[in-house]
Formats: sequence, C-alpha cells, structure tokens
Amino acid sequence: MADDLELRFERTVQAEARIEPRDWMPDGYRKTLIRQIAQHAHSEIIGMQPEGNWISRAPSLRRKAILLAKVQDEAGHGLYLYSATETLGADREDLTTKLIEGRQKYSSIFNYPTLTFADVGVIGWLVDGAAICNQVPLCRTSYGPYARAMIRICKEESFHQRQGYELLMTMMRGTQQQRDMVQDSVNRWWWPALMMFGPPDAESTNTEQSMAWRIKRDTNDELRQKFVNMSVPQAEALGVTFPDPELKWNEERGQYDFGSPDWDEFWQVVKGGGVCNEQRVAHRRKAHEDGAWVREAAAAHAAKHAPSKEGAA
Amino acid sequence: MSFDNAYESLLGGEDAHWAFGTGFSEALSGVDREFPAGVDRDALASYCLMLGDDALIFSQRLAEWCSRAPELEEDIALANIALDLLGQARMLLTRAGEVLGKTEDELAYLRDEREFRNVHLAEIDCGPGPGGDFAATIARLLVFSSWRLALFSRLRGSADPVLAAIAEKGLKELAYHRDHAAQWTVRLGDGTDESHRRMQAGLERVWPFVDELFATHPVEARLSGVAVDPASLRSEVDGVLEAVLSAAGLTRPADTKAARVAGMAGRDGVHTEVMGYLLAEMQHLHRSLPGAVW
Repeated sequence: MADDLELRFERTVQAEARIEPRDWMPDGYRKTLIRQIAQHAHSEIIGMQPEGNWISRAPSLRRKAILLAKVQDEAGHGLYLYSATETLGADREDLTTKLIEGRQKYSSIFNYPTLTFADVGVIGWLVDGAAICNQVPLCRTSYGPYARAMIRICKEESFHQRQGYELLMTMMRGTQQQRDMVQDSVNRWWWPALMMFGPPDAESTNTEQSMAWRIKRDTNDELRQKFVNMSVPQAEALGVTFPDPELKWNEERGQYDFGSPDWDEFWQVVKGGGVCNEQRVAHRRKAHEDGAWVREAAAAHAAKHAPSKEGAA
Repeated sequence: MSFDNAYESLLGGEDAHWAFGTGFSEALSGVDREFPAGVDRDALASYCLMLGDDALIFSQRLAEWCSRAPELEEDIALANIALDLLGQARMLLTRAGEVLGKTEDELAYLRDEREFRNVHLAEIDCGPGPGGDFAATIARLLVFSSWRLALFSRLRGSADPVLAAIAEKGLKELAYHRDHAAQWTVRLGDGTDESHRRMQAGLERVWPFVDELFATHPVEARLSGVAVDPASLRSEVDGVLEAVLSAAGLTRPADTKAARVAGMAGRDGVHTEVMGYLLAEMQHLHRSLPGAVW
C-alpha cells in the first residue's frame, strides 16, 4: 500500500505535475519543504529591516512611498509563504518561535548593513535580482501551493528590482557624490549577492535529493553563472564596475569568468558572526514579544463573541 | 513572465506590479487646476500645508511601525494607512506649491520646524517609541481618522476643485482607516484586562490633543467656501467616538486640553519638542546632498 502511494508520488513528480496538500507525500519531502519555505518566509520578514532602515530618511516623498510599498510587499510575501507552510501542517507561531530562537535560518544577505540610500537601489537591483534568479525556477517546483506563491512573488520582486535599478539610474545622472555613493554600494553588495546562491556545488549538501524531488531546479553554480552573465551588461548600462579583477568575458565558454567569493566570510555570517545577525533577530523578537498582548486580546475578543452572530466587531 | 531571464523585466513592458500599490498615481488626472476667482491664494496655500502636514507627519509616525507591528497583517495594514496619508500629503503639498512656486519635496524637506502647520496630534510619539504602544497608536488613529473623515466629507464641496478632488479620493481611504481603528479599539477594549487597561491609557495619552483639532484658525476663517471650519465638526466627531468607546466598554477621558504656547499651537508652527527630532531624521539626507536628484 505504502509502496503504491510512493510510486504514485514519484510518477507525479517525474511527470512535472503538482503535488497538492491532500496528496500523500514522503515525510522527508514534507520536512524539506517546510524547512525551505519557512526559511524563505523568514527571509522576507527579516528582509523588511535593512530597507525599512531608510523609510524615515528617504530623500524624496516619491522614494519614501516606493520604499514603504516595497517593504509592505515583503510582509505580504512572508504571509503567502507562511500560509504555504501551513498547508503542510506547520504553524506560523511555531515557525516564528524557531526564527527568534535561532533554530531556523533566513537568507544571510540580510545580515549585511544598509549604510546609504544607494543601498536601497542596489538591494533592489542585485539582491532582488539574485533572489529572482533563485526563485523563478521555483515557479515550476513540484509542490503546488509553493509554486503558485512563487509566481506571484516573482512578479512583484521583478517590479521591485526595476524600481531599484531606476533609482540607481537616477542617482547616476545626479551629482558626483551620488555616483560615488552608488559605486561604493555596489562594491559592498556584489560579493554578498553572489553568495546568495549558496556554497559551490561540490560543498552543497541538500542539492541532489532536492533536485530529484523537483524542489530545486538548478544547481547553485549554474544559477550564480547565470546571474553574473545577466548583471554585467546591466552594470555597464549603469556606469558602475564590479569589484572583481577576474571578471571577464570568456569567448570559448560564451560566459563570463569571475572570481570566487570569500567563503570564509560567508560561513562566518551564516554562523551568526555578521554585522547585523544579532540585531535582526533581536528586532524581530522584540516586535513579536511586544505584540503578544495584542494577539492575546484579539484571540480573547474573538473567543468571547464566537457563539454570537453579531460578535465580530 | 520569463522563466529564463529575470532581468528582462528591467526593460519594461511586462505586467509586473506591487502587491499592494503606492496608491497615488494619476489620482487627480483631469482635475481643473485653475484657482477659483476671488480666492485668497496665500491662505489657500497655508490651508493646503495644514492638511498636507497633518498627513505627512502622521504618515512618518505610522511608518515607524514597519517591521514592528504585533502581527504581519497589522504591519501591512499600518503601512497601507501610512501610504494613503503620504499620498494625500503629496497632493496637498503639490497644491500649496502651485501657489508658492515650490515642489512637494522642497516643501517637505526644506521648510524649518516653525513653518510646519500640522496639529500636535500628528507629531507626538504614540509608539513604537517610548511615548506609547500599539493601543496609543490605535487611539490616535481613531481620533485622527474620525476627525479627518468628517473634515474631508465636507471638503468635497470646496470651491477649489483640487481640494474637492483630493477630499473625494481621500474619503474612501479615511473611512477604511477609521474602521480599522474602531475595530481594534473594540478588540482591545473588550479583549483582556491588560488590553483594556492599555487602550484606556492610550486614550488618555491622546486626549489632551483633541481640542486643537476643532480650533478655527484665522486662515480657515479667511477661506469661506474653500476651507472647512473645524469647529463645525465637533459634534459629529464626538458622536462617532462616543459610539466606538461605548461598544468597546471604554470611558471617554476627561476633557483635559494641552495648553497653547503664548496662544499658539501646531497650526501656527509652534510644535512640541519631539517635532525637531522627527524633522531632523526625515530631512537629513535630502539636506545633506544639495543639488542631488532622486
């Protein structure tokens, strides 16, 4: 019986059809998905902070509105994704607890600080760009609710990316001080953006099984190469350079050669040693704990009025 | 969307969008921007600054909640309200700027504190800073949106077609803001002992700043037919607040009034001490890079 179920699951996945919440699935598949989607949801929520850092200081009202709308979208993305984990039997409160206790991860990129307003544009261009490269293949992932959430998220992310790039274009047409600010920001974010694709394939532990399950569609190194190929012409159009002396077009391969990120720094940040790791988690923890009495009140109010038809205030 | 080249969208032409939107695009397209005959233009500009600054400064305060709200749904809701108010501020500052020959950004970023004309209720710290909490934030939102909704519903009849159009658009937004605040006031008033205590304390926190909302300023008096006399809103707003507080089991605070300063308050550009810090943060980058384009 179990073998039949497993066989049907395997066939569905092989046929590129979708697994839906009520379908049988192996425990490992369920656990891997919850871990991956939760990590993605946490990244959206923690990712509100580095850009949120500039809302109060945005230098024009239009940029303030765009930034606030973008950070609001990230909260929305977190919500879609937590909802997708709930279709697998996970619980948002439990996942949030795991995040603030450091038992689940989020994308390490958000442990880097946003130091100037140019960072808002560069995050849109490179960080959202790398995220889109990672996420577009997930629109075809085998788990239905995740794939559908990713389609929506990718559309919105690509709009954010365009907004970020447009901010940088505008700044590059401004004063020399602004152009310097953009180049400085690119210098600080280029390597961390490349690290977003994860460690080299040879060192990546989760890749093989996830590819077989169609949870993951391309290897880390394939996606990283694709990202570099797409980014170089964008940098040229913008008038900035990437801080990599090894970056050059390889006629033979038909791709760009590029240097290796500092993987020691990568692991140091992943393990909690980044400039902002503690700050980001503490911020999220404080918001969650400060809001506990509000959530309790809402639950108590709903419970009091549950039997009454007119109870919902 | 393309599954192969994530950067194609940079070149435009695809149906990408915000999840929630910035809520201000093309809002007033097609509205006649001529000044009506006989209107006192300086007074009109001052009046637009008053209503615009209320929205701008309160939006700045609400945006402080971003990533700090009690739940994700509320992060989204408060950001939404902040965006609505920012949109209203932009339209109103732009209208003021048409008289004064300035852009919305020149007015938002290059005026000094004494030139801001918002009411004190918009600027005080009601949390997430040390000056309040979520309940105080909701109390301020309830009072502010009930007052502004009553004001905008009358402003639709303004002799200035731009003000009338801004009011028409803002009305739906403010109705949502008031509804959101009223729902939370009831939830918190009714929920637990702690939430009841905090909601009552939140009301006490904002109540001294209520009276200023209804004080007629000479600029408003000079703009008969264009501006709304806030004194005329008092009984309607009191009725709304009474109904919400009663549904929430809360007590209307005693009518304590924050004293004026040598007879002046927010509408005269005389603010509370927190205003300088709020503006320092808001204006710092814009002022640091003169000549920059954003």
